[in-house]
This record gives sequence, structure tokens and C-alpha cells, in this order.
Amino acid sequence: MPLILTEEQEMLKESARGFLDEKAPVSELRRLRDDRSEDGFSRSLWKEMAEMGWAGILIDETHGGAGFGFVGAGVLAEEMGRTLTASPFLSTSILAATALNKFAGEAMKSEYLPRIAAADIVMALAVDEGRKHGPANTAMKAEKSGNGFKLSGSKTFVADGHVADKIIVAARTSGAPGEEAGISLFLVDSRAKGVACERTIMVDSRNAARISFDNVPVTGEDLIGELDNGHLALEGVLSAGRAGLAAELSGAAQRAFEMTTGYLKERTQFGKVIGSFQALQHRAAHLYCEVELVKSVTLKALQDLDNAFGMASVTCSLAKAKAGEVAKLASQEAIQMHGGIGMTDEYDIGLYMKRIRVAQEMFGDSAYHADRIARLRGY
Amino acid sequence: MNDLEAFRKDAREWLDVNCPREMRDGAGGEENICWGGRNWKFKSKAQKDWLERMAAKGWTVPAWPKEYGGGGLSKDEVKILKDEMRRMKIRSPLESFGIWMLGPALLKYGTHEQKAKFLPPIARGEIRWCQGYSEPNAGSDLASLQTRCEDKGDHWLVNGQKIWTSYADESDWIFVLVRTDPKAAKHDGISFILIDMTTEGVTTKPIKLISGKSPFCETFFDDVKVPKEHAPGVNAIVGTINRGWDVAKYLLTHEREMIGAGGGGLMGGRGIGEMAAQYVGLDERGRLSDPMLRAKVAQAEVDGWAFLLTMERLKDEAKAGQGMGAKSSMLKYYGTEFNKRRFELFMDASGSEGLEWEGDRSEDGKLAKSWLRTKANSIEGGTSEVQLNIISKRILELPDA
Repeated sequence: MPLILTEEQEMLKESARGFLDEKAPVSELRRLRDDRSEDGFSRSLWKEMAEMGWAGILIDETHGGAGFGFVGAGVLAEEMGRTLTASPFLSTSILAATALNKFAGEAMKSEYLPRIAAADIVMALAVDEGRKHGPANTAMKAEKSGNGFKLSGSKTFVADGHVADKIIVAARTSGAPGEEAGISLFLVDSRAKGVACERTIMVDSRNAARISFDNVPVTGEDLIGELDNGHLALEGVLSAGRAGLAAELSGAAQRAFEMTTGYLKERTQFGKVIGSFQALQHRAAHLYCEVELVKSVTLKALQDLDNAFGMASVTCSLAKAKAGEVAKLASQEAIQMHGGIGMTDEYDIGLYMKRIRVAQEMFGDSAYHADRIARLRGY
Repeated sequence: MNDLEAFRKDAREWLDVNCPREMRDGAGGEENICWGGRNWKFKSKAQKDWLERMAAKGWTVPAWPKEYGGGGLSKDEVKILKDEMRRMKIRSPLESFGIWMLGPALLKYGTHEQKAKFLPPIARGEIRWCQGYSEPNAGSDLASLQTRCEDKGDHWLVNGQKIWTSYADESDWIFVLVRTDPKAAKHDGISFILIDMTTEGVTTKPIKLISGKSPFCETFFDDVKVPKEHAPGVNAIVGTINRGWDVAKYLLTHEREMIGAGGGGLMGGRGIGEMAAQYVGLDERGRLSDPMLRAKVAQAEVDGWAFLLTMERLKDEAKAGQGMGAKSSMLKYYGTEFNKRRFELFMDASGSEGLEWEGDRSEDGKLAKSWLRTKANSIEGGTSEVQLNIISKRILELPDA
């Protein structure tokens, strides 16, 4: 399959850019931050996105979605990365929709997928428990209790955790932390007794939460994927999330880079436009190459998710590793080449650095994924 | 069965019948290449037979028109042929600067007479060409070249010196950038001329490199008389007089795409991790026993893989009609810098054994020599810094200093 967008996907990209530039520019994120918005995103904007088919981009038409596939979802994530748009797109439309689509029974699918597509529900994925991503380290307990389990433990870095109606939780039904086997995924109501949520205000002004679970009851009906073998479903969901984040990082890196080259062409020092200095030209040209590489790996990962979902995990790691590292570089170079103005809150470039820092950390940073690729390659 | 599938089947059958067993070992590497030319000594009868059969079929240059010795195949058919050869581990029958460089230049800028005279001997491997571009004082600033070419009525008189002429000492003809108008602006007075290496006044001298090998020469032109026509109607100059820079630029872009596309041998080579695992071994958890090296190798494999995918994407974009343009500079820059990094890691992993320069154990220092060879990757065909300049100006549209 050629590594380019189809005509349909190009059109989606174009219309997304037009919409986001008008309705959700960077100033919207600023407004949410400065108003200390309780939701951390605009519910009316999210409804509008749903009307255009974005919320259900991964959901098939029989469940009320647009059925555009992962490349389509990536196109949207990339565009939202350019404008730093805050929305439950990653948590609900990529992570939860993938979990339900690929690993849930029909009852659960028909109950929730149409609501996701209509933006009537927000869902979150709770995996991490420590500072660094490592799903195999899941320690949260799911103890057998009657016909079901009781969940106890705590989760952190849960995107959209404090606004989620439902939370997909990775818990240990057997085995010990460090082992992949023994993990199961459960769908938990965020208002259930024993669930306590603390919104964590993060550097990027986007949603995250710490959530603790104290003997929260779940049953077999709440199970997503297989009991004790939930790591397979989790891996699939995380792959989709990693590719989505890679696409978002790609968009953010591209935009930060454009702002930087734009500034190089306009700022004058020593009587010359600073973009005429070779010291800066070569840094910009190198960064250009790196950003191009990110576009390729991201598209490859998304195509793999569409064509061979079960085999896409490695290229999703590749995309996350490369996109995270390059986006960081792009934001660092952006501030250095902007000089003093890049350090001001008034100027947008700092917001890119902040979001990139968070997105590259989520679901594994570059080191995590490079290590993973090395292990999979037998060294 | 559609036409392409039928072609694949026919190609497979033909290759199976005609390719000698000895040519099916998948052997790459400098020592196994057949370069052809007047002075070529075949390494085996199989090598000779293979060249002759492929040449007769037109498949040494499958994309060239049939009337000039090619196979007249479409892009898709060429790709299928290459795929099948790779799959069957069949060696390339012939490689040369004639195929890579002069052929494409003649096909684009040459007259019918020039094509008819020069292309078929290239396709058959009878004439080996070399490229006279760089001069001692014209490296990155190639357009400042000074080799003079004066109009003497019935002939051109060429005087000057070229350097870094690959395999000049083994070649039959040379295509040369010369200055035909010394008064014009530097890009405007250059012509692209074809010269027989046996002409009086042409001499070559190999340059010994840090790798111990001498793939490059100095080439001298002392009062070399080049006929205006090499045969009736066959001009010695390709394209318009004083517009040779157009041809040169076209070929340089072509060369960058080629160097980039080869990734400096990246495509066929072994994985860095695989090689490192063999050299330094794994620990009890199955990881490279040197953790610092492991981190560098893993990062490099991520970058290398991302680069290969980028080559794939640019090719697909080019096929879809978006063209590659100055992006070939990106491939050239990133691919060659990456290849140097790859060989630094091979050397790190191989430790003192990789430093052996002579003897069977090291195959006469094969790794060390390859490592040193890669240092030229980011110099030849335009340095990395020149590529970054091109990206800055042509893609990012940053202003001149």
C-alpha cells in the first residue's frame, strides 16, 4: 500500500484544518487555561466535532460512526496537534473506541459506541500507576469476590480522568507486577462507590487525573478482552493510542517548526534577516529532515493499524519513539531560535513545548519504545 | 491474469532458464560487481554469459528504449524485474556510471545521434564511462570549475585537471564539465563534453585513500584535442553549448536520489542490533551486554527504520506525481550521515577485532576499510553542508546570506 494519503483522507485533512483554525485555534486552549475551565475542554465544540463524524471516526456506521479508520483518526489527531486543541478525542474516540471495537462483546459495543460517536459520553483509559509507563508493572488488584472482582489500587496520568463517565481500568487478576500475563481490563463507572478522582493540573493545561479505587465491585460483564490475558487487548489499545499521540506530536512539531522558520524570515539583527545566517539555516534544515521522518513513521503505523491491527504494535512503537524525540527537538529549537520572545507566556511557542513534553511522556517515551523495539528484535 | 502478472511469470521463467547458477548467490559488494568496458576481465565464464544474455534481452538497462539497447519496460515492469531478481538472489549483470549517470543525461539532453552512438555500448557493457566533475579548487563550489575548453574550429582544445574521478584509470570514456566561456557568469559558461580517454593528453593517477583503496583518480587534460563530432552528426558536447550546468544539475539531483535511495547500502545490510549481538553478546535477560552501546544501537535502529520509510514515502509521492525535487537533498544528507553512524556503531561493537587490517580473520580488514569508506559518503555528490544549504534555500526558502 503506498505510503501516502488517499484523496478522501486528504479532503478530511483539509476540512479539519479549516474547522480547527476557525473554531479551535491556540487561543482556545489559552482561554480554557485562563478561565480555569472545570471540564478542561469545550463541550459544545466537542458536539460540533461529533456532528462532523470526528468523535466516531473509528466506529463503524452500524454503530453510528463514520468508519474512517486509523489513518483518518491520525489525520485529525495531527491537525489537533497543530492547533493544540483540547478535546476527549484521544481518550474517548481513539482509546475507548478501539478497546470496545476490537475487544468488547456486542452488548457493550451497542451500548457505548453510538454514544461515543454522538459525543454523549466521555471515557478514559487508566493504566499507569507510577512515574513511568510500564503496563506490565500493573499492581492494582482485582480480587475475586462472589461472581465478580473488587478493584483496589490507584492510577495516575489518566487523560480526561476527571471528566470521564466510564473508565477502562487495567488490573491484576493473577500473577505479579512485572509479568504481562495476569492483567485484565474492566469498564468501571466513574461514579461507582469507592472511586475517588483528583484532577491533576498539568504543565500543558490539558486534562489528567489520579484515580484511586477502594474495593470497587465489577463483574464478568464489565470485562474487556480476556480474563488474565488482558495484556493483549491492552497492547492493542495502547498501540492505537501511541499512533494517535505520534500523529498529534507530528502536527505539533510541524506547526512549531513552521512558526520557527516564519520567525527566521522576519526577525532582523545585525542589519540582516536572521534566517540568512548559516548557523541557523543548518539547524533548521536538519530539523526539517527529522520532521519529515516523523510524517513517514506515523503514517506507516496508522496504515498498519488499519491493515493488520494485531501486527501493528512494533511500528506504533517506532512512531511513538521517533515522534516523541523529534517533537521535543522541534520545541527546543523553536524556543532557542525565537530567542527571548519564545520565553514569554504571551507567545504561543511555549504552549507547544508544554504539550509536546506531556504527549511524548504518555504511553511510553522514546527510550521506552526504543528499548521495546530492541527487545522485540532480540537484543 | 493481468499484463503485469503475465510479465512477472515470463520474467521469472526467463531468469530461471538464463541466469547461471553462480550468479544466484545474492553476492553484493564491490568485488562482485561487473563494470564492463574495453579492459574488463570477467571473473568467471558465468559472469560473462550472464552479461551477454541480459544485454541481448535489453535488461541491463530495462527502462531504456529498445532502439538504444534497453528493454523498453514500463516503470511497473522494471520494478517487477528487480523484485524477481532480488527474490531469486540474482546478481546485477552490469553496473556502471554509463548506466547510472551518462545514460539518463543523454536520454534527457542528448540528440538521437548521440543516443544511438553511445547508449548501446553502455547497455552491452562494452564501454565504461567515468565522471569528470570536481577540480582541486572546485569542490562544494563546483560551478567555479576552471578546466578550459577552447573552440579551435574543427576541434575543441581542453586543458585542466579533474579530481575524485571514480575509476578513471579503468574507464574508456569520460563525461566532463568544462568552461567554454570564461567571460560569462560562473554558471553560464559551462559545457558538458564527452572525451575518449585514449585521446592524446589525457592521463590519470589513482589517489590512495585512508581505506587503503584507490577508487578515485586525478585526471589531467594537457592540450587534449576533442573532435567537434565523434562521428558524423554526433556532437561531442551534450545539450547546448554554455548550458552544461543544466545537465550537471540534473545529474547531481539524480545522483543524490541514487545515493539516498541506496541509503549507502542500508537496504541490504545487516541490522546493527543483530551485528552488535553477535560481537558483544547478550546478558541473561537477552539484552546486549553493553547497556550504553545498546541504547545507541536502539536509537540508531529507530532512525534508520524511519529513514527507510521516508524513502518509501517520497518514492510513493513521486509516483503519485508530487515529484521529489530538492527533497533528494534530504535523502542524500540523512542517508549518508546515518550510514556513517551505522559504521561507527559496527566499529564500537566489534572492538579490537574490527581494527585488524590484514589477514584472513578480518578478510583483510573488511570492516575497518568499509568504515573508512563511509566517511566519503557525506562528501561525494555534494557534502552534507551543501545539502543543508539546498534544503534551507529551496525547501525552507530562507534568504541568502
